[in-house]
Amino acid sequence: MKKKMLSFLLTGAMFACMLTGCGKAEEQAEQGTAAQEPAQEAQESDSVDISAEEEGEEEVTITYANFNASGGNEETLQKMYEAFHEEYPQITVDIETIGYDDYFTQMQTRVAGGTAPDCYELNIENFAAYANKGVLAELTGIDVSGYNETALSAFGIDGKQYGVPGNFSNVVLIYNKDLFDQAEIEYPTNDWTWDDAMEACEKISALGDDIYGIYQPITFNEFFKVAAQYGGGVLNEDKTAFTINSEENLAAAEMMIEKITETNVQPTDAQMGGMGDWDLFESGRLGMIPTGIWAFGAFTDACDFNWDICVEPGGTRKATHFFSNALVVNAESGKKEAAATWINWLASSDAAAKMRIEAGWDLPAISDEAVLAGYLEITPPENRQAVFDSLNDLVVAPIIEDYSLMADIITDKLSRAASGELTVKEALDQAQEECGAQITMQ
Amino acid sequence: MKRWKTLMQAAPFMLPSIVGMIVFSLLPIVISIVVSLTDWNGLDKLNAQTLGERLCGLENYGAILRSVEFWNVLGHTVYYIVLYIPLVLVMSLFIASILNRNMRGIGVFRVLYYIPVLTSWVAASLIWKWVLSPQYGVINQLLGYLGVRGPEWLTDKFWAMPAIVLASVWKDMGFYGLFLLSGLKAIDTGYYEAAQMDGAGKVRQFFSITLPLLTPSMFFCVIMALINAFQLFPQVQIMTEGGPNGATQVMVERIYTYGFKYFRMGYAAAYSWLLFVIIFVLTLVQMKLQKRWVYYES
Amino acid sequence: MNHSRKKAMQEAFSYLTAILVGVVVIIPFLWMLSTSLKNKGALMQIPIEWIPEEPSLDAYRTVFSRFPLFRAICNSFFITVSYTVVTILSSSMAAFAITKLRFPGADGIFKLYLASMMIPTQVTLIPLFVIMNRLGLINTYPSVILPAMFRAFAVFMLVQQMRAIPNDYMEAARIDGAGIFRIYWKVIMPLTKSAIATLTVTTFMESWNDYLWPLLMLSDKNKMTLTLALNSLNGQYGTEYNLLMAGSLISMLPIVVIYACAQKYFKAGLMSGGVKG
Repeated sequence: MKKKMLSFLLTGAMFACMLTGCGKAEEQAEQGTAAQEPAQEAQESDSVDISAEEEGEEEVTITYANFNASGGNEETLQKMYEAFHEEYPQITVDIETIGYDDYFTQMQTRVAGGTAPDCYELNIENFAAYANKGVLAELTGIDVSGYNETALSAFGIDGKQYGVPGNFSNVVLIYNKDLFDQAEIEYPTNDWTWDDAMEACEKISALGDDIYGIYQPITFNEFFKVAAQYGGGVLNEDKTAFTINSEENLAAAEMMIEKITETNVQPTDAQMGGMGDWDLFESGRLGMIPTGIWAFGAFTDACDFNWDICVEPGGTRKATHFFSNALVVNAESGKKEAAATWINWLASSDAAAKMRIEAGWDLPAISDEAVLAGYLEITPPENRQAVFDSLNDLVVAPIIEDYSLMADIITDKLSRAASGELTVKEALDQAQEECGAQITMQ
Repeated sequence: MKRWKTLMQAAPFMLPSIVGMIVFSLLPIVISIVVSLTDWNGLDKLNAQTLGERLCGLENYGAILRSVEFWNVLGHTVYYIVLYIPLVLVMSLFIASILNRNMRGIGVFRVLYYIPVLTSWVAASLIWKWVLSPQYGVINQLLGYLGVRGPEWLTDKFWAMPAIVLASVWKDMGFYGLFLLSGLKAIDTGYYEAAQMDGAGKVRQFFSITLPLLTPSMFFCVIMALINAFQLFPQVQIMTEGGPNGATQVMVERIYTYGFKYFRMGYAAAYSWLLFVIIFVLTLVQMKLQKRWVYYES
Repeated sequence: MNHSRKKAMQEAFSYLTAILVGVVVIIPFLWMLSTSLKNKGALMQIPIEWIPEEPSLDAYRTVFSRFPLFRAICNSFFITVSYTVVTILSSSMAAFAITKLRFPGADGIFKLYLASMMIPTQVTLIPLFVIMNRLGLINTYPSVILPAMFRAFAVFMLVQQMRAIPNDYMEAARIDGAGIFRIYWKVIMPLTKSAIATLTVTTFMESWNDYLWPLLMLSDKNKMTLTLALNSLNGQYGTEYNLLMAGSLISMLPIVVIYACAQKYFKAGLMSGGVKG
């Protein structure tokens, strides 16, 4: 009896579902034409021509979602918008600022549910997936002259531009001057190699039991950069195959891991004891930390010792990281042109760039040094110029559709090597094999 | 005829609940079955057409069952459950019996004991990382006084899961304790009076009155703890992110990762349905077993 | 040992254990409080700094100034109270029908309810979103309130409690000529008071703290709830913990108050003097 009742209910529900399911497609088609009639033209081409901006267009209201302004920069973003609206009075933007933690879960749900905003922000991992799965509109005819070329190139796939770099942060080597003084060694310079750094590390570590030379996270992010410093990389040139266990990469991974397992100038997870890497630096027990320029604010507040920065050490050559979020246009949007106008203005206009720098938010991804100059005047660190010196050797993240999966596999294998479970060589071999098995390249 | 009558009598009482179930629960669940038979990426627009084009039969299920990862993850989940359920039940019973006493000011303790439940995992996990810190943490310092060298907890493959169990028990015991308390409060005091007249001691009263009459609430707690334990997620996400070296990867953490990080929603849905089968079977077993130990007055 | 001394000893022992457990439980809370009074987003420091060097209320001031907090609190209250009322009514009615009316299929439905809790919400999230969109409920209050109609957890809990109520109560009321609604409202509901109080507290807490669903449903700033407002404190490059803790404490306060109020229903012997004896 019970079972019958159960199966009866289940079948009933299935039918109900199928019925609504069948109705869906038609209904959607109808809705689509009804609601988006005026935007038919933009809809058809599925790409936007930013250069074709027309003055005095009809008034439009677009929606823009972002996470970058959360945590304290909502007001700056609002001011930027007000300046934009003065320039383009016909475009009204509804701004939604959402905390970083659940931003991508909600955005994916809205995209799949067909109610994504007209334009929005994505980090690099998600950009790779979204662009490859065709939910972003191509931006054509874009005025690229103002952008930092490397940052811009990160958001192009097969020669098509799917996003503009909305902000920019790079990584530098931050060091504790007091510890260097105590160990009686010279401060790091812009042309240090990892060998120089290791020497310094050992002297600093010798200062005390719980003092360490350096902390460099054992993650994919660090790995692809260090690999580039040794002339390697995780993908071949045309991104058709993995090259994770190459000779160059092995040298890079050995450098990263042996400083934990062999010399122990970098603390193991257990030695960290639940502290974060920034906490360790702030507590004055860490000589060097390669980290993002977004740490400046926190370190200025928290460190009661002297610190400064320089370009990160290199291997056979220099290579430095940058982080940038993509501003993208929804391929389903009916107001693509207005949306593209807004994100392009937000990312590259002088007015927005100046406000971004004044607020100490992060850097705009533009190439105009005159605009960026304001950034240099803020101290500490004294050697802020190193932020720009680092820009000469930027590496672009190896963007593929399954970026997150690749990153997780490699991070997992490297941390197994760091904990002594695998040798570095085994780790890279296994990573190469698993990436090859689980990820199909186009 | 009688059956028809009882059905008509029950209908108005069941209506809101059943309508709610069909729209907000059953329908999404049925859609997720269909999703589990596709390779939908969770990003393309969800409708009958998308799912129809991406049908791939039972491929996801086969791939999951063949993967080593699934069995490892299942093992970690079972490890968690075996430690967590007895511990959380004993602790919540302990708490409930403290809170059931008629002491002055007990209200303050009732509020106090519920505070961990109200604390967000973000805050709780920060403090637990400190408590569990190998060198500086309270636990290892106490063990040190006893001459025991404490483990490296969250960074040790074997001890990471027990560490998460400790934190979870701390956070959840007030929750289940509250349910057991309301069960204790529902026990007719007449029984105790009668037992006292018969000269039964406190311990005897506990075992022959309190415990049997509390079994329906206990049963509720066991089932809920089981369902929740299989769906363990936020504390792992925040405290270890599945590490060290995947030792605390659990089912829902994987489901979330596949669905929302790797864009393999079909695979994630199949994972969920395998999880469902496991929990469902275990619950059915519990239901059968309850006849042996759960005491209903009516 | 005389009787009263023994009793006093027992009482002292009770307090001692109660306090001991209390300390274990309260430490993180104290740490939250201490962090919220620090004037910078100090992260984990080892050893922990329990008493802030320069305690200040800056974090609270910032939290209050950053959003329209009052509006958010009103929204949260409206949503949470409605959600809780709907949950209690709908679930208690269903639990009553399942346990006391014994209609055919009751067991099957009950099992279906249980089964519905076993599918992780992560995979039903997008389908449910699409359904809400189809029903045209997105950006409306009902989208976050109506799901309360079906809470398997609540039904399950009340079923367990109602099963423990002897059927004699029902029969006695029936003989007195009470209708079925009257029995539900006047006999069964009062007898499950402590369970309802518990459920009220947990439901209130869940709804009050719910984050992801309101985030998906309510994009209109005027409908923003407190958790949504507080969540914009977390940024890509880390969180200011003093603000986060201040925010968490502000949002915990109402639940603590509700809980303290619900206390008076946790009274012993609700059934004493009943039919059984």
